[in-house]
Amino acid sequence: MKYVDEFRDPQLIANVSREIARLAGAGRHYRIMEVCGGHTHAIYRHGLKNLLPPNVELIHGPGCPVCVLPMGRVDDGLSIAQQRDVIMTAFGDMMRVPGTRGTPLEHKARGVDIRMVYSPLDALRIAQSTPEKHVVFFAIGFETTAPSTALTLARARALGIKNFSVFCNHVTIVPAIRAILDSPDMRLDAFVGPGHVSTVTGCRPYEFIARDYGKPVVISGFEPLDILESILMILRQLRSGEARVENQYRRIVPWEGNLPALQAIGEAFELRPYFEWRGLGFISQSALKVSSAFAAWDAEVQFEVPGIRVTDPKAAQCGEVLKGVLKPPQCKLFGKECNPEHPVGALMVSSEGACAAYYRYVHLSESVPA
Amino acid sequence: METVERDVPRVRFNDAQIEMAHGAGGKASRRLVEGLFVPLLANPILATLSDSALSDFKGSKLATTADGYVVKPLRFPGGSIGELAVNGTVNDLAVAGAVRPLGLMASFILEAGLPGEALRAEVEAMADAAARAGVSIVGGDTKVVEHGFADGMYIATFGFGEVDARANLGPKRIREGDRVLLSGPIGDHGITILLARGELDLEADLASDTRSVAPFVEALLDAIAEDLHWMRDPTRGGVATALNELVAATELGITLFEEAIPLRDEVRGACEILGLDPLHIANEGQILAVVSADSVDGALGAMRSVAGGEHAVCIGEVRAKPARAVLAVTAYGGSRLIDMLVGDPLPRIC
Ligand code: SF4
Repeated sequence: MKYVDEFRDPQLIANVSREIARLAGAGRHYRIMEVCGGHTHAIYRHGLKNLLPPNVELIHGPGCPVCVLPMGRVDDGLSIAQQRDVIMTAFGDMMRVPGTRGTPLEHKARGVDIRMVYSPLDALRIAQSTPEKHVVFFAIGFETTAPSTALTLARARALGIKNFSVFCNHVTIVPAIRAILDSPDMRLDAFVGPGHVSTVTGCRPYEFIARDYGKPVVISGFEPLDILESILMILRQLRSGEARVENQYRRIVPWEGNLPALQAIGEAFELRPYFEWRGLGFISQSALKVSSAFAAWDAEVQFEVPGIRVTDPKAAQCGEVLKGVLKPPQCKLFGKECNPEHPVGALMVSSEGACAAYYRYVHLSESVPA
Repeated sequence: METVERDVPRVRFNDAQIEMAHGAGGKASRRLVEGLFVPLLANPILATLSDSALSDFKGSKLATTADGYVVKPLRFPGGSIGELAVNGTVNDLAVAGAVRPLGLMASFILEAGLPGEALRAEVEAMADAAARAGVSIVGGDTKVVEHGFADGMYIATFGFGEVDARANLGPKRIREGDRVLLSGPIGDHGITILLARGELDLEADLASDTRSVAPFVEALLDAIAEDLHWMRDPTRGGVATALNELVAATELGITLFEEAIPLRDEVRGACEILGLDPLHIANEGQILAVVSADSVDGALGAMRSVAGGEHAVCIGEVRAKPARAVLAVTAYGGSRLIDMLVGDPLPRIC
């Protein structure tokens, strides 16, 4: 893949990281949040942290849809899964997220029919081939995955498939960023904007961050060079006292977004008045529900959903970690009650979660970053 | 009968129920083995946790191994459950130094309703694989369970062989500065099985790498026996898990050079799409070997002289730090920790 190799050229990468170190200088600390889970993954995967000077700190934001799903919603979904003649379908990364009585995988081991799918269309296909069952798709994700759920709903309606519905947990990124910006302990200097989400939303929705809060945003691609270049662009803005939205990922992200995808989302979904985010609490207009036009395919209409609310253990400090106020090891549960195999908080669930990543370092060594 | 005195073992396995992860070869499997089997069945041979048990027998060292095969589908590009059952068992013996196994036994658990033809095909595949590996299948057992209680067929195997007198292997033998060698591209088997299930809308021109690795081991013993410190065939849990198990048994760490690790484009592509780390994907025909630094060329020459070993490479180095961890460095100096497989992100594949 020639295309990717250019963005992994060691020489170019060395040049950019040298330029970052030069610009960052010394004496000031820069806190940059990458909002998107895909960036967190790439940063971890390519070990970008040690290509940055110590005073340029990356903070993993709320952009992992699995990480921000509250436990009560997992319980709700599992209670649907346990009803008669239901097949629950979910993405692989959903399978290990704990509800109060275990993860979807553990429920599956107890005989609940939960299947892993790679796209909502796969779930629809299962519905077509098993007409005697009702297939529910446990939908999660930001604007990145919402269009495919929307298109699947449209297809189900067009084909008149009655034994299929969506348990919708789609969330939207902008209100979450606003909630972080509004929090009193906010200490961030800038944002690496999400790449995949922005292919759908475009760049405009982030303009308020620069305009109202004076923080630079650079929409970034996912290759090592993309991310480093975005950090460089951020440092340039910060050094010259500017705050703008810039698009580093121009080869993929159109400034205006993807209109057909936005339209599909608009038809299939409505905004919820509020939704709970793990670690961040209730955020108004931050999530989507299946629109009334698709009520026949809305699991929350078709099934009794208990509406379980589970508060995270008091000592869990996921919110503070998400906002970059605390480092994972400063959470009281870190490495004790909360560890990758038995995550209490969501940041311990996926291997790129801030806490899970730290956990590995702690188990390593003598030199735990403070 | 005399009474047996037994210390009350401390069992640390508290998992409420058995999950797929307990058979996936990663962390949960390890917890099961070390927390339940080892303390309850306590004995010094078991405690070494090698793929083959090594016992002294009339002046030579005997390797024995047992394995179960539950792969689905039964046949896949490049192989089948029968072939896997023979090769996998031969390989567990081979990496313990028993390159010429004395015999295998096979136990079949069949599901009522399995077409006779399907069983015949697997027994044939076993006979072929055994002939290729120069081993006889000398016994076995057959059980049939009711329809719906097994996925067609399961095969459990048992193998035994004499360890080559030149082999002196084990985690305790690895030293700082040793090199980690790999016989060829990784992930072919795991990704092939994943795609063969037809659950993904992905197609790739891939085949399982199932084969006997004994020729690699024999070539290494011929070339650098004294400098060959450790070997393993990285099956379930992949290269990441095999190397993590190695460093966990030492005070040392391993640094991998990520760009040196051979990977087919198809495997790389499937892993990127599915969010999998190729280092966690199962292999069936590759070996990892740790050898002393000055015998790297000899060892690579030996591996490359074996058919299928043309792409053998050095992928890493044993270092003092970080201790007991596997680190991967990228071409541009980034680094990341390579953990064991946690849980089981994949459907079962071997
Ligand atoms: S250690 Fe666990 S509970 Fe604490 S912040 Fe991290 S994920 Fe949340």
